[in-house]
Amino acid sequence: MQAKKRFSLIFACLILAIYFYLFFAIRKRDVRPGKLLVVNDELPSYFHSWEEEILDEPEIGPAAGLNQEKSSFFNKKCRMETCFDFARCRNSFKVYVYPEMDVEENEALSSKSVLYQKILDVISESRYYTSDPTEACLYIIAIDTLDRDTLSPDYVRNVPLKLQSLKYWNGGRNHLIFNLYSGSWPNYEEEDLGFDYGEAMLAKASISVSALRPNFDISIPLFPRSHPEKGGEPGYVKVNNFPATKKFLLAFKGKRYVHGIGSETRNSLYHLHNEKDIIMVTTCKHGKSWKHWKDERCDEDNVLYEKYDYSLLLQNSSFCLVPRGRRLGSFRFLEALQAGCIPVILSNGWSLPFNEVIDWNKAAIWADERLLLQVTEMVRSIPESKVFLLRQQTQILWEQYFSSIEKIVFTTFEIIRQRLPNKYFRDGLLWNSSPGALFAQINSSDALNSYPFNYDIFGITPESNFTAIIYSQMSSSLTVNSPIYRLLRSISRSQYVSEVIVVWCNDKVIPSQIRWPSFSRIPFTVVHSSGPLQRFRLYREIKTEAILSLDEDVVLTTDEIDFAFQVWLAFPQRIVGYPARSHYWDESKNSWGYTSKWTNDYSIVLTGAAFYHKYYDYLYTEWLSPLMLKTVEQTNNCEDILINFLVSHITKQSPIKVTQRKHYKEPSSSGVFSRSPWNDPDHFIQRQTCLNTFVALFGYMPLVRSSLRLDPMLFKDSVSNLRKKYRQIEVVNS
Amino acid sequence: MKMITRYGLNSFRKLNFKASFHVTGAIILLAVTVVVFLIVYEINELKPRRKFVSKKHRSSEMDQVIIRANFVSSAERNTRCSYYSCFNPYKCGRRGISQIQVYVYPMKHFLSESKEPIVHSLTREFNTILETVKRSKFYTPSPDEACIFIPPFDTLSQTNILTKEVSQALNMLPYWNNGENHLIFNLFPPKNAAVIDLAAGNAMIAGAGFNSWTYRPSFDISLPPYSPLKNIAVQERRPWLILSSQINVHSSFMEKLRHLSRINSELIMLHRCSDSDLSYRCHQNGTRYKYPEVLGKSKFCLILRGSRLSQPVLLEAMAYGCIPIVFSDTLVMPFQEVIDWNRAAFMILENDLNSVIQLAKFVSDSRRIEISQQCSWLYSKYFSSMEAITNTTLLILNQRVFPENALFYENWNVRPNFIGARSPIFLRTKSFSTSFTAVVLTYDRVESLFTLIQKLAVVPSLSMILVVWNNPRKSPPDSSKWPQINKTLKVVRSKENKLSNRFFPYQEIETEAVLSIDDDISMLTEDELDFGFEVWREFPDRIIGFPSRTHIWDNISLSWKYESEWTNEISMVLTGAAFYHKYWNYLYTTSVPEEIHQFVDSHMNCEDIAMNFLVSNITNKAPIKVTPRKKFKCPECTATEMLSTDFNHMLVRSKCINKFMEIYGRLPLRKVEFRADPVLFKDSFPAKLKRFKNIGSL
Repeated sequence: MQAKKRFSLIFACLILAIYFYLFFAIRKRDVRPGKLLVVNDELPSYFHSWEEEILDEPEIGPAAGLNQEKSSFFNKKCRMETCFDFARCRNSFKVYVYPEMDVEENEALSSKSVLYQKILDVISESRYYTSDPTEACLYIIAIDTLDRDTLSPDYVRNVPLKLQSLKYWNGGRNHLIFNLYSGSWPNYEEEDLGFDYGEAMLAKASISVSALRPNFDISIPLFPRSHPEKGGEPGYVKVNNFPATKKFLLAFKGKRYVHGIGSETRNSLYHLHNEKDIIMVTTCKHGKSWKHWKDERCDEDNVLYEKYDYSLLLQNSSFCLVPRGRRLGSFRFLEALQAGCIPVILSNGWSLPFNEVIDWNKAAIWADERLLLQVTEMVRSIPESKVFLLRQQTQILWEQYFSSIEKIVFTTFEIIRQRLPNKYFRDGLLWNSSPGALFAQINSSDALNSYPFNYDIFGITPESNFTAIIYSQMSSSLTVNSPIYRLLRSISRSQYVSEVIVVWCNDKVIPSQIRWPSFSRIPFTVVHSSGPLQRFRLYREIKTEAILSLDEDVVLTTDEIDFAFQVWLAFPQRIVGYPARSHYWDESKNSWGYTSKWTNDYSIVLTGAAFYHKYYDYLYTEWLSPLMLKTVEQTNNCEDILINFLVSHITKQSPIKVTQRKHYKEPSSSGVFSRSPWNDPDHFIQRQTCLNTFVALFGYMPLVRSSLRLDPMLFKDSVSNLRKKYRQIEVVNS
Repeated sequence: MKMITRYGLNSFRKLNFKASFHVTGAIILLAVTVVVFLIVYEINELKPRRKFVSKKHRSSEMDQVIIRANFVSSAERNTRCSYYSCFNPYKCGRRGISQIQVYVYPMKHFLSESKEPIVHSLTREFNTILETVKRSKFYTPSPDEACIFIPPFDTLSQTNILTKEVSQALNMLPYWNNGENHLIFNLFPPKNAAVIDLAAGNAMIAGAGFNSWTYRPSFDISLPPYSPLKNIAVQERRPWLILSSQINVHSSFMEKLRHLSRINSELIMLHRCSDSDLSYRCHQNGTRYKYPEVLGKSKFCLILRGSRLSQPVLLEAMAYGCIPIVFSDTLVMPFQEVIDWNRAAFMILENDLNSVIQLAKFVSDSRRIEISQQCSWLYSKYFSSMEAITNTTLLILNQRVFPENALFYENWNVRPNFIGARSPIFLRTKSFSTSFTAVVLTYDRVESLFTLIQKLAVVPSLSMILVVWNNPRKSPPDSSKWPQINKTLKVVRSKENKLSNRFFPYQEIETEAVLSIDDDISMLTEDELDFGFEVWREFPDRIIGFPSRTHIWDNISLSWKYESEWTNEISMVLTGAAFYHKYWNYLYTTSVPEEIHQFVDSHMNCEDIAMNFLVSNITNKAPIKVTPRKKFKCPECTATEMLSTDFNHMLVRSKCINKFMEIYGRLPLRKVEFRADPVLFKDSFPAKLKRFKNIGSL
């Protein structure tokens, strides 16, 4: 028995041994997916598929492409590559607006809504506009397509017929159609515009992610009839407090439809209302037949609704609920944005305005209609520091892209322009930070320093050299005592000047080389300019970022020049100069006034002596509305006011005055002074008129006041002059 | 429905038990074991070899499932899906976690009716995806908790699967529910197609090579065609302008390119070498280059569409810092939802191939270097391994489901070492605040504190004084003893005597602007303080103040030195008397490195330097000194250092600068040569017309 036991034990062991042997033998050969024992390197790579593939030549050539699908989908599937003629935009980005249609007799003259007329006006006055259809990249029809709700009074009939009569329609190619409302009661089909827009792009409000043709259509915000054409109101956030918490956390006040499409969400909002920090009030009252549809909550809701004021809620709430209405978007979105009330989007599938370029994560919060009851908890979980950030971003976005019709239209254009195969790009940082991408126009270079705002964004510093450009209209002859001669001497001693250009706007012959002061180390050029003096022109000779613009009779010491340049290096996006002027509101005349009196603040720095970034020359000549340049041309004046307007419009900041100097013109005995326009009373009145013209053209007053000037660190301190770096400034009297 | 056959190790165990009793039984068992094993082995061995099957799956421990021909297939891929129409959010965020939970189905051995595996082999890349998911914080082993499901089929390559059978097998998954919340990975779609050929119902597809028609925005995820590259070394010198090294390019593209390279020597074309060795590329003149290393020789690399829209050379070029110029109309770029490709590549129309030289020449050096660095960074962060790709996919899914936690554009697209200004106080307009709060840190100098309070109270723009009583052992004086002022006065007591108490974001501070002031600084005039506040309103993200200092390089100690002499430039404004935004208090308390806090607390010094470092590091801007005032301690003293004349004190402050610099990894302080004065300062002008007339000197 013992032996048998032992025998069986040995046998059992043997079997076990064999068992283990087999087990491991299998394991070694076998790879078990999903088990930790898998040695990754022993697995084959999926890349073999590529490697086999790589040796075959593809069957589909460039012409056919993978986008054969196009034919089968028609215009619903338009993409830039398939439905847009890029060749039209190769040279420039110009927009053609069709002329007014011949109005049929039975149609009212006002077949076009005020809003659409505003859009057309904004385009016609802009630099995008061309009257020549052959050089246009984009076409805008004169038919009002904003409201395509058949029940609306603004609904324009016979659009398909009218489209046919358009000369350049070509199936809609390169056309842009603006639309705010589509579809009608009861279904509100968003793709129903009542006409076939073919290959035309849509700039449409309330568009959904699934209806929007990616990189083709553009989602625009819903804006009211009263939306200003230009300028636009600033955001309401004046005080940027931290923590940014307000009286209410989340608020909503609005209609609810009780029945029909999109009504469920608003109908259940009352669940969130807590009377304390969450205010959700709705009313059933709208339209004539509301009583017919009213539900059991309506009376109670209507009472509560009256307790709260809409605009107070906007301003006293950290977050504002933006639920869908009949359509996905609502006016509420822009209203909340302007008020700095962070929008909480409760509109499933809505493609937010301009989301191709705007990072809405930084200015809004998404909620899901399906998870309505979680909204409160979600909003509560957002940390204070994020609320602080979101609120600021609402203001930035509002002012950059939404506050006027002009901004909305220009942003739409710039998005399309960015899709063109050009070499310039504007990245998301530029779009989503101030001053935004509308000012980042295509320039002659794509270097990082080509925009003055890029220094902040890219963390780069401007190069420390500048070009001095002197505008000379000198009537007397050039001598060693001429003001321009002395000015050139001062400039030549600056350690930062790298180039000097004299623009000779004079009928006289340019004085010969030897009569000018000698510049040993820096290039010196005299450019002859015939006709009236044109400042801020793009001179090819200018290689530096910084420009020192000077009148010929300016008196400046080298120290003043060098110090101002040091200041400019710290504020490259602003104008930095010496004498300053101010604007004020004249109650009696009900218009803006201009003053050269000594005041406690200033808003204009004269460009007879000022540093600024080269890029502003570009914007001045190529971007400003032609009407503004015309004003300057006609008056032969005001160009310095205009560039101050331009820079403050972009930066929202004042120019910078340096040092004590207030007069910079040489009082001359030779009679030059008396002929100077500065002494002319008409000149002054002209400037006042300019100021008001520019305000009208910009749509608001962009100038910003400052009550400080920048002086050298030890300026007029009672310490030894030897310790001071800029000693000449000490002795300059104002 | 399911036909599951089990054999293998489980049956061994049962028999083994019996064997210990009967020797004969044992022998029979042994024989059976061997026979069974051999049979299984042979069956496997006899199976036909597939294209790239290098290892065989064995059915030893894994369940086997046979897919019968009559099984119902899953529904076709729903082309109209969006997040809102096909994704079920109720499955997510259970148990109160604001984070997706991902479940991975266990691997099973699926066979077609003809006993052919429906997935030919498990690839290294798919295995990595699964392992990465399992290691990630998003993983859950419980399908009941899961929000997202990953099917157990390796669908990375279309050629690796039996399309029909996998479509049927998907439908057999226990939680499939027409693909709801399921995620299918694919890197190699079928030829001339933009998406995997699979009946995936409402499942999301994370795939490479989508075009904008097949890609369902907000639903699918666009992946890069991963390339398993190794040994990346980015070269600094790039002799070539444009390189075309792709092999599988259509002949009509090729002809255009050949023509271009004939007339432009800047376009280098490399082809397949005659021996078809893919780790080399050959030039027409016969030169052989190692691939992909050769990509590092060029500034720009051409990426052209082949039989598939997306090509692995994209990642290879990026890995070598060669800027991709992509010719692939309607292609959806990898992770396009979050990555801004404008920062890292050029996407050009296929028709514009001829303009490529002109384009490359136009790009300025500064821009090119920037883009190239961005490429390398994007590659290393999102594309360098299947692990990185998987993690990015999960992050994107997570922020779709929990958008309130979504990362911002700059979190995705801006390199951490990219020192652009990201000031947290970025409203461009001048601040419209009309008043500020003075915060006075005091220990026990009650007398000078009271003097200061009285002086401060008359400043028109001051709205409140907050006294931080920093002496834990002594109580502040009785409320009756405090000066009577017509402004709000509040006292908070700190628990410990810490300098950082001065920078705490006290709830009591209701204004944007804070004036931080020492209890012995009582010489500042109303006009000076009003003006200081006015300057702050124009520069609300900077420190605006009166005492200024600078840092200078010391050639003897070879380190930075703190300088309190009256110099022509400054880089710091001391918080003994300075205005700044309250948010800096919050950041000082929450985001200054712990090491700095410890240093400040242990030395009872340098909190003001730390504040200057914090602000300059974030804004890239210098502080601004206002008015000439330079002496603070007492008007008649001549000593230049107002806070401490102690030499040792100065040494510590120098040490702070060097220490903080080390911690921040750079010296963020910026020097400026200007100070702010009122517009009419020192002008010969009637004083009564000056807004700020009483501006003291020194």
